[in-house]
This record gives sequence, C-alpha cells and structure tokens, in this order.
Amino acid sequence: MNTAAVAFDSRHAAKQRFRETLFRGATLVAALLVLALLGGVVATLLHGSWPAFSHFGFAFLTRAIWNPVTDEFGAVAPIYGTVVTSLIAMIIAIPISFGIAIFLTELAPAWLKRPVGVAIELLAAVPSIIFGIWGLFVLAPILQRHVQPWLIEWLGPLPLVGKLFQGPPFGIGVLTASVVLAIMVIPFISAVLRDVFETVPDVLKESAYGLGATTWEVIWKVVVPYSRTGIVGGIMLGLGRALGETMAVTFVIGNAHRVSPSLLAPGTTISASIANEFTEAVGDLYTSSLVGLGTLLFLITFTVIASARFMLLRLDRRALSSV
Amino acid sequence: MNRRTIRKFTNGLALTLSGLATFIGLFCLGAILWTLISNGIAGMSVALFTQNTPPPGSSGGILNAIYGSVVMTLIGILIGAPIGMLAGTYLAEYGRASRLSTVIRFVNDSLLSTPSIIIGLFIYELLVIRMGHFSALAGGVALAVIAIPITVRTTEDMLNLVPQGMKDASTAIGAYPWRTITSIVYPAARSGIVTGLLLAVARISGETAPLLFTALNNQFWSTNLRAPMANLPMVIFVYALSPYKNWQQLAWSGALLVTLTILILSITARVAVSALSPGGGNKR
Repeated sequence: MNTAAVAFDSRHAAKQRFRETLFRGATLVAALLVLALLGGVVATLLHGSWPAFSHFGFAFLTRAIWNPVTDEFGAVAPIYGTVVTSLIAMIIAIPISFGIAIFLTELAPAWLKRPVGVAIELLAAVPSIIFGIWGLFVLAPILQRHVQPWLIEWLGPLPLVGKLFQGPPFGIGVLTASVVLAIMVIPFISAVLRDVFETVPDVLKESAYGLGATTWEVIWKVVVPYSRTGIVGGIMLGLGRALGETMAVTFVIGNAHRVSPSLLAPGTTISASIANEFTEAVGDLYTSSLVGLGTLLFLITFTVIASARFMLLRLDRRALSSV
Repeated sequence: MNRRTIRKFTNGLALTLSGLATFIGLFCLGAILWTLISNGIAGMSVALFTQNTPPPGSSGGILNAIYGSVVMTLIGILIGAPIGMLAGTYLAEYGRASRLSTVIRFVNDSLLSTPSIIIGLFIYELLVIRMGHFSALAGGVALAVIAIPITVRTTEDMLNLVPQGMKDASTAIGAYPWRTITSIVYPAARSGIVTGLLLAVARISGETAPLLFTALNNQFWSTNLRAPMANLPMVIFVYALSPYKNWQQLAWSGALLVTLTILILSITARVAVSALSPGGGNKR
C-alpha cells in the first residue's frame, strides 16, 4: 500500500469516526431530552404550585372550600370528583373491556377479529373533545330523561346506597361524566387485555380443552389466572387515563366545586377545574392553587401509571423467559 | 339440572355477554359517528372553508381555525418527530438494555400517559409567562411535547423489528453504526416509522387541553406565530358551549372535520403497516 492510499484511508476513517460521534451524540441528546422533559414538568409544577402549598400548607388537601373572592382554596372537591368519576368509570368499563377482549381472542372467527379490533382501536383515536360534545348533547339528555328518573325512583329510597341516587335529574353531573369516561377507557383496557390474553400459550388452553373444559372454563380457570398481572396492569393503565381526562369531563360534569353525596349532582374534577378556571384566574394565589391541583393530578396519575408499567414489565419478562 | 347442563348454560351466558360487550363498544363508536355526521353535515358548505369564525349572530366559516390547527400540528410534528426518532434510535440501537435506557424508557412511558392538560400547564409556565402572551408557537411546542413520547415509542418498536442479521451484515463489511442505521435500518423500518408519525399527527391534531392556555383562540385570521391563533379544538370547545345556534353548527361541522381527518389518518396508518412493512402482517 502506498503512502497516499494510507493517508486516504486514515482520513476516511477519521471522517467516519467523526460522523459516528456526531450521530451517536445527537441520539443521546434527544434521549436525554426526554428525561429533561419529565424533569421540567415536575420542576415547573412544583415551582408554580409552591405559593399555594406554602400558603395553605396541609389544609390545601383537607378543605372543601374553593372561593376565588376570599382567596381560599382547598382541593377536596376536585380530588373527590376525580376519584369518584374514575372509579365508577372503571366499574362500568372493566366488565365490558373484559368481554371485548374475550370476544376478540377466543370467540370471534378470524375474518371478524381484525375489523372489530380496528373499530375498537378507532374508538380510542376519537379525540376527547368529541366525546365531550357527544356526552353533552346526546348522552346527557338520554340519561336525564330515561335513566336518571328510573335510578331516583328505584334506587333512591334504598338504605345506604339510596343517597347516591337522590335529587333532581340534572342530566349533567358525576354519573354522566363517569359514563363518558367509561366509554373512553374501554378501548384502552380492552386493547391491553387482548394483548395480554394472547400471550397465554396455546398448549395450556389446549390441555384444558382436552380435559373437556368449556370455553368459559378455559378463560376463567386458565387464561385469567395466567395473565393476572397483565390484567391488573391494563386496568390501571385505563385508570390512569380516566384520572387525567380533561375535555370530555369538562363538558358534562357541571363544574360545581362541592362534594355532593348524590352521583346525579354536578361536581368537578381536577382537570376540569384547571381547564375551566385557569385562563380566568386572577391573582397569584388562585393561579398557584390551580397549578397545585395539577401537581396533585400528576402525582396521582404518575403513581397509578408507574405501578401499571411495573406490572406489565414483569409480565413481559415472564413472557420472554417462557419462550 | 345436572352439572353438565349448568356448565353449558354458564358457558353460553358468559359468551353471550362477551358478545354483548363487543356490541356495546361498537355501538358507542357508531353512535358518536352518527351524531357527528347527522349534525355536522348540515354545516358543510363552501363558506365553512372560505370564511373566518364569525361574531355571534352572523354567518361564517372556520377557515382561520383550520389554518391554525394545520400550522400548530405541523410545528408539533416538525419539532417532535426528529427528537422522538433520534431518541427512539438511541434506545433501540445504542442504549438497548443499559440502565440509562431502562430509565429513559420508563420516563418516556410516564410522559406518554401524563394528562395532556399538565403538558399545557408546563408550556404555560415555560413559554407563555416568559413571552408575556399566549402564542401559536407555545401551542405548537405543547403539541410537540405530546408527540415526542409517541414517536420515541413507535420508532424504538419499529427499529427492533429489523432483523439483527441485516445489521450484522452491514457491520461485517466495516460500516460504522451510524452508516448501518441510516442506510440499512431506517429504510427497512420506513413504513413502520411513517405509521408512527401518522399516529402522532392523528393524536395531536385533536388535542384540546394543551392548547387551552398556550395558543388560546383567535376570532380573526392570524398568521403570526407569536400571537394567539384559532384552532379547531378550541373553536369546537368554545362554540359548542355557546348559546348561539350558528356557532353550535360551526362546532359540529368542525368536530366532524377533525374526527374524519383523525380516523382517516389512523386507518391509513394501519393499512400502511400491513401493506408496506417487510414481513408485515405478523406484527399483530
């Protein structure tokens, strides 16, 4: 090899190495930016909510008052609304999602699986504001005219649970928000459940069928126990969605800062309060209290989502190790 | 009734209920689409696409809102896509199973599920307060923050589907990783990455909550990125809750427009995956 060729080779190699460093550096910076984003979110939330937290202290979490005129703020009503609407949404959504996942994995003939699966996924793609106007103009009147009077008449007089179903049928309120939330999280939960059910090895199911089990027995005694962690993970992922959902809830919950025993009464959630009041909030303490609500919401959803991911991660590992 | 009958009955009941659940899910999708079409179609006219949002009482269109939505979605995807793709590339090709990658993956998943209204608050504190006013730019950046984790996730998933043998072959003839990634891995994963981008566009073009306190809204035609700009989600939000019939009509037409766009994008993305990807179809 002559000297010119060697010089060219080393120049070429140096250029390649430089580009490698550049490209690798760019990907690393972008990856670190993802870390910085979450860090930035946490930092700005804490910074923005600090005036409210330091002014009200622990009472911010325990008081139900929300009065912009006297500058007194407590987070109980929005937290209550967020938790209650999400829980009711889960009670409605879990059985339906479970049914859809079973239908898609065990029942549907091959030609039906894909179109139905895609249709359910499309339901997840519909933006939340669309659920909002649909909930306000279509669902709320139906509930008000046909469902809520029935609930008030038949469940209202009952002891204990009766309190949940008393008062006039407003149409909009906690129950309506919960129903809309349920419809919104069904596609998420059923998609995860379907994926989880599909990780169950066919051999296990076939052995159960071979012993004479019915389809339902295979599902309940083989598929469900095998995918227990994944099911819980999927449900919590859906719960995380429901807790943070904003626009759809803002349309139908009625935006009343109070804790009412009746599910038919208007209420508010953390995200709905922020969406409704933030641009109109006058004064540092008011704004800061709303950011404080945001911080609480972030904490709640982060905890729920993180534990869901953790469970699904463990499932992933098991699925990998069993292959 | 003997045991066998009971078991058969339980089985039949459970399977019927699961069919019913599927029907409920499909029914909801159908009901929403039907409402949108029946309410939105009445407002579909030339004026809808050629005039700006009107004051109460007079007629008009949503041209400025369509423009604003397109602009902010573009800003969001132009900022979000490169960052997301590079980060996804790092996770799939460089970091892989390292501790840093595990942390980034977890953080990315958390970001993916952070309520979008929180992202709105973040950008408000970060940009709107600094700039002193609401702006289309802030809205676009907020949408970018939502697009980034989606792109990271899909890019990583798609790059992982490229057979290791192809990468090894490239390395064996002396290519540096960057050359392997840009010349071998990216082309092989192209349709998957495009799908991910389409899904990200679909997701951010309907987002409302992050725009509430960043881009705000604007009743007039505006192309100034440093000023508030109209956008479809905000117009739907504000006009649907207004007492004026013609505003509500515009909201329904806007809602139909947004939903159709998003559904078409989502369906295109799915078709692209099964039609174009190498060895596609076995992905799910």
